[in-house]
Amino acid sequence: MSIAKRAAFLLGLPVLLVLTWWVTTIGSTSFFVPKPGELAQTFVRVWIGDRFFEDVVPSVTNLAAGIVLAIVLGIGFGVLIGSVRWLRALTEPTLEFFRALPPPVLVPVLMLLIGINDSMKIAVIISGAIWPVLLNTIEGVRAVDSVLSDSARTYGINGWARVRHLVLPSAGPQIAAGIRQCLSIALILMVISEMFASSAGLGFTIVQFQRSFAIPEMWSGIVVLGLIGIILSFIFQWTERRVLRWYHGLREVENAG
Amino acid sequence: MPAKTTAQSGVDTGSTQEPLLSVKGVQKIYQVDAGEIEAVRDLTFDLRPGELACLVGPSGSGKTTLLKCIAGLMGATAGEVVLSGKPVNGPPKEMAVVFQEYGRSLFPWMSVRDNVELPLKNAKVAKAERNRLVDEALEAVGLDHVPRSYPWQLSGGMQQRVAIARAVAYQPKVLLMDEPFAAVDAQTRADLEDLIRDVWERLGITILFVTHDIDESVYLGERVIILSSSPTVIQEDIQIDLPDERDQLTTRSSARFTELRGHVYEQIQIAKHNTGASAPSNAAGGSPSTVAREEAE
Repeated sequence: MSIAKRAAFLLGLPVLLVLTWWVTTIGSTSFFVPKPGELAQTFVRVWIGDRFFEDVVPSVTNLAAGIVLAIVLGIGFGVLIGSVRWLRALTEPTLEFFRALPPPVLVPVLMLLIGINDSMKIAVIISGAIWPVLLNTIEGVRAVDSVLSDSARTYGINGWARVRHLVLPSAGPQIAAGIRQCLSIALILMVISEMFASSAGLGFTIVQFQRSFAIPEMWSGIVVLGLIGIILSFIFQWTERRVLRWYHGLREVENAG
Repeated sequence: MPAKTTAQSGVDTGSTQEPLLSVKGVQKIYQVDAGEIEAVRDLTFDLRPGELACLVGPSGSGKTTLLKCIAGLMGATAGEVVLSGKPVNGPPKEMAVVFQEYGRSLFPWMSVRDNVELPLKNAKVAKAERNRLVDEALEAVGLDHVPRSYPWQLSGGMQQRVAIARAVAYQPKVLLMDEPFAAVDAQTRADLEDLIRDVWERLGITILFVTHDIDESVYLGERVIILSSSPTVIQEDIQIDLPDERDQLTTRSSARFTELRGHVYEQIQIAKHNTGASAPSNAAGGSPSTVAREEAE
């Protein structure tokens, strides 16, 4: 696809939505729904400047740390649990229990255990975002093809080499699916972790605007969250396309056949 | 060239050399929910260095089970497999296996070249040596033009060539092949059969080739070991006295080929109704015999 065409597909719907929004709010005097122009001005005024460094950067740093740790821990424990049969039998019911807990209820507990600081916020993000990665990795590791596994064994590919050359690539597509879910959960939890007993960050600021009836400012904060979500998703897709190029090619061949 | 004794039908040719691979009284019983299933009852045979032997048997005759026991992928219930004087407890370094399911034995996330190279890399072969071995192996199977492709971009026959190249580059003493050509079309299969004869003659490795195809076993092998139905014993062990130079046209149309083929076919038919349970105790203790088991009919 040409660049122009791609840009058209990328921006087509957003432009249409903004237009609709603009048209329907032309004569509006609603306090709660700002006009597009008003919101754009507010956005620039509120977020470009000091607030970007005081609220956005720390939040995004926590988010990034939470995501990276959730992915690393999720894959690490996933490979371990997926490879060892008795460990799987031992941990699976417990994991289901912890996975079922809604992470927001853990916030007060973690506040008491860790204190009110960035570590607590990162812990909240991990506590919810790790599950899709962990459980998908376990499944992916279990599903390694038996013939492929036998091939690796006959060539003496064991231990770490087996994990690196066989288990991880083979579980790759499923791990990627887990990471995709992990990203959106992490963003939600980043906001939630800042809503209680916090004095900075995106979640805190948005709640603050809400409580002081600074409606356009609140909406502009929500736009910031949406933009972070888009950026995360682009980074994910870009990486996934490169790392799993073989998988997409293989699928294409299989579907064509 | 491998050290080969002139193949003579019905004459013991294996006693002059130390066997490279010995299968001694191997038995395999699977534990299943319903009790026990005896897949392999009692198998004993030797492979000389440089031999190309085919294991042929009716479908469901425990061929794959036996091969997995020999490859060290599965423990035998009784008996042992000895390679170069050492008992096989896990996959030995001197052995390579080519599986039937080529689509599931190559790493789809690696290029053809990386697939062939990985076992060598893993065995810490120096880079220059590694490159040489990979190049030679790819050339030997006629795939030196596609090293950067992924396996799934190739046809089935070419994928199996990659698997063969990987096995050859690994420089095994024994190459085990588990119905490697069962899933490719007939023309490709003929090409691959000639490829195996060619690789075997050039590199002098020992090959144990498992197949259910009677023609293939007679065409390829210096020796054909016929298995009974499960629980498996050896039905017959015969030398194939066809000339070393084999050709899809002339060899397959020769009178001797037809004769041997007919004999193996007949034995397989008997084998289908003959299991270790009903067969008289097996006499083939490593020495090939051509005693047809008429009494089993």
